[in-house]
Amino acid sequence: MKRIVIRGGRVIDPANGVDAVQDVYITGGRIVALGTPPDGFHADQEIQAGGNVVCPGLIDLCARMREPGQEHKAMISSETRAAAASGITSLCCPPDTRPVIDTPAVAQLVRQRAAQAGYARLLPLGALTQGLAGEALSEMALLKEAGCVGAANVTPIGNSLILRRAMEYAATQGLTVFLTPLDPWLGGGCAHEGAVATRLGLPGIPAAAETAAVARDLALVLQTGVRAHFCRLSTALAVRMVARARFDGAPVSADVAAHQLHLTEAAITDFDSNFHVLPPLRTESDRVGLCEGVAQGVISAVCSDHQPHEADAKEAPFCATAAGVSALETLLPLTLRLVREGLMDLSSAIARLSSGPAAILGIDAGTLTPGSAADVCIFDPEQEWSLAAGQMKSRGHNTPFLDVPLHGRVTHTLLAGKVVYEHAAS
Amino acid sequence: MNLQVDKQGRLRHFLTIEGLSRELLIDILDAAESFAAVPEQSVKKVPLLRGKTIVNLFFEASTRTRTTFELAAKRLSADVLNININASSTVKGETLLDTLRNLEAMHCDMFVVRHSESGSAHFIARHVLPHVSVINAGDGRHAHPTQAMLDMFTIRRHKGDFSNLTVAIVGDIMHSRVARSQIQALNTLGAGEVRVVAPHTLLPAEVESLGVRPFTELREGIRDADVIMMLRLQRERMQGALLPSEHEYYYLYGLTEKRLRYAKPDAIVMHPGPMNRGVEVDSQVADGPRSVILQQVSHGIAVRMAVMSMAMHSGETDGGAA
Repeated sequence: MKRIVIRGGRVIDPANGVDAVQDVYITGGRIVALGTPPDGFHADQEIQAGGNVVCPGLIDLCARMREPGQEHKAMISSETRAAAASGITSLCCPPDTRPVIDTPAVAQLVRQRAAQAGYARLLPLGALTQGLAGEALSEMALLKEAGCVGAANVTPIGNSLILRRAMEYAATQGLTVFLTPLDPWLGGGCAHEGAVATRLGLPGIPAAAETAAVARDLALVLQTGVRAHFCRLSTALAVRMVARARFDGAPVSADVAAHQLHLTEAAITDFDSNFHVLPPLRTESDRVGLCEGVAQGVISAVCSDHQPHEADAKEAPFCATAAGVSALETLLPLTLRLVREGLMDLSSAIARLSSGPAAILGIDAGTLTPGSAADVCIFDPEQEWSLAAGQMKSRGHNTPFLDVPLHGRVTHTLLAGKVVYEHAAS
Repeated sequence: MNLQVDKQGRLRHFLTIEGLSRELLIDILDAAESFAAVPEQSVKKVPLLRGKTIVNLFFEASTRTRTTFELAAKRLSADVLNININASSTVKGETLLDTLRNLEAMHCDMFVVRHSESGSAHFIARHVLPHVSVINAGDGRHAHPTQAMLDMFTIRRHKGDFSNLTVAIVGDIMHSRVARSQIQALNTLGAGEVRVVAPHTLLPAEVESLGVRPFTELREGIRDADVIMMLRLQRERMQGALLPSEHEYYYLYGLTEKRLRYAKPDAIVMHPGPMNRGVEVDSQVADGPRSVILQQVSHGIAVRMAVMSMAMHSGETDGGAA
């Protein structure tokens, strides 16, 4: 059994309230001790982490691999490799693959492909309804057995009765439902309905497209008692609604895409399609509300909402382009930016990328507790760097953060005690 | 970076009024004034663009705009190619960029583009070869800058100075590229007050941010106005959730002789065409003494000659200096 020691790093494990410079000891793919070596420990490999932060491997609640079905955009091997280079050791992939993850076979396929690649754990979300069509329930018990960590709607389910039944059935199977809150009739545009969309003549998506859906879904959560997670909030009002529901004891949680914490509708001036995202970039007060939600823990996970595209998908007039950002490689630096902006401490920021998402998924991960799998991210919090199109690990180069100064560079990523990424310069 | 002007501040593409200076807009109006006399001569041509090839690239149907662009180009002695690409070509799977590259391979100097997507003119301008100019002939709901300039030309001819004018734009502001460009042009030229008049279903979110005062009642909206600019109401908008019926729209917003009395006695009435008589405007008004609707059409040729010659020449001297 291989023994590794990570020496001299600032070890931050939010789940256990750990924040101290100490060594981390790994044996046979598991964390065995922090600080004091176990009796008779002789390291086969030493990783020097002086000046760096050592934290649990990051967990990303939403990353599209594009496989199966859209391998011209990206593949599980390319994207899990990009994840490893970004400190991410576990990724949830939504079920909107082709075919949809609504059968055990597809769920098993994506997990096997990820296991073969060996860079990260891929945790599929199963479809809440067959074909994501919002009409018939999927085989949730079988999907769970095949490794699905939750059931997702992805596209809005207009029919409230079907959503209610899906929630009841998911609750029966002990599955968390992952809800993308968007009213299908209000949500037909491509930019936030506000001053910028009005000026540019872009069809708008009002804030109510999200809040109306959150309100209905919350009512159904209370009705059914299902554990529910709201994916990718974009409005300050939705954050307040979820906060209120949590205060009242409703079993709900929420996440946000990292880019929503730094960009607003103002960015889309000049029709740059790299800013075409769904939900859309909203107002400055929404952005502030989302940041506060993250700081206060109402939003307990920050995710990448990674959506790699081929170049052609972004080469068209704004609304005709595919929405989404290739975002794995900016997840950590964009979250750390909240620390630099004084909104939260480093440990809380790491919690939103580790223990927070782990709790939402109900999985035993996102911590350095002795006995747990040695999924570890080591990063230099101060190093300034930037993404260059030619150097991106993801197959998708569609990001608005190219050549923007970023802080926080991953030096090593360990998956079950194996070094799956090491930054060349470190 | 402003895509539309070159390093010397001259017009390179004409995509939107937004971001252009008041001086440049006045240059366009002055140039149009000099071209307005051309059709009255026995030889209706000037040799400014001889040897140049202009492509009218229309992805959306148009009669008036396309023909006035074509006439304008011909009166400047350019060669004109009209290409109407309806939905069928995009159904075939060719992307906008591929269409563009194919046309560029034919060595064209200018694209006049109409497309149903907002931002399509910007997209094309960003992708054309350096010597090619792009004129926006309407992109989605975003902009229709030559229409706005011919409207400004018409207003200037009738009213002179803009600063004391109250201008009311009536109708479907939400979906109108014409309204957005008119508002920007009027504000850039320093109009006294710009108003929009429509029910809330036809007013975009935060419409005040465009620099207008919104009204939902027609009489209030046109009270003491110097200029009333009517917008076309697309038929498909009249059924369904935006408006209950043509009948009720006419009842509330139709411009009649009687309602026109709320405006100033010398107010002019404009419409970009094509009109829905008896829906947004009564025939008595459309054909009456206050209507300048047909003048708008002839001014369209002069304004388009001005814009095309200005954009083409900035590109040329740029290359020569290098």
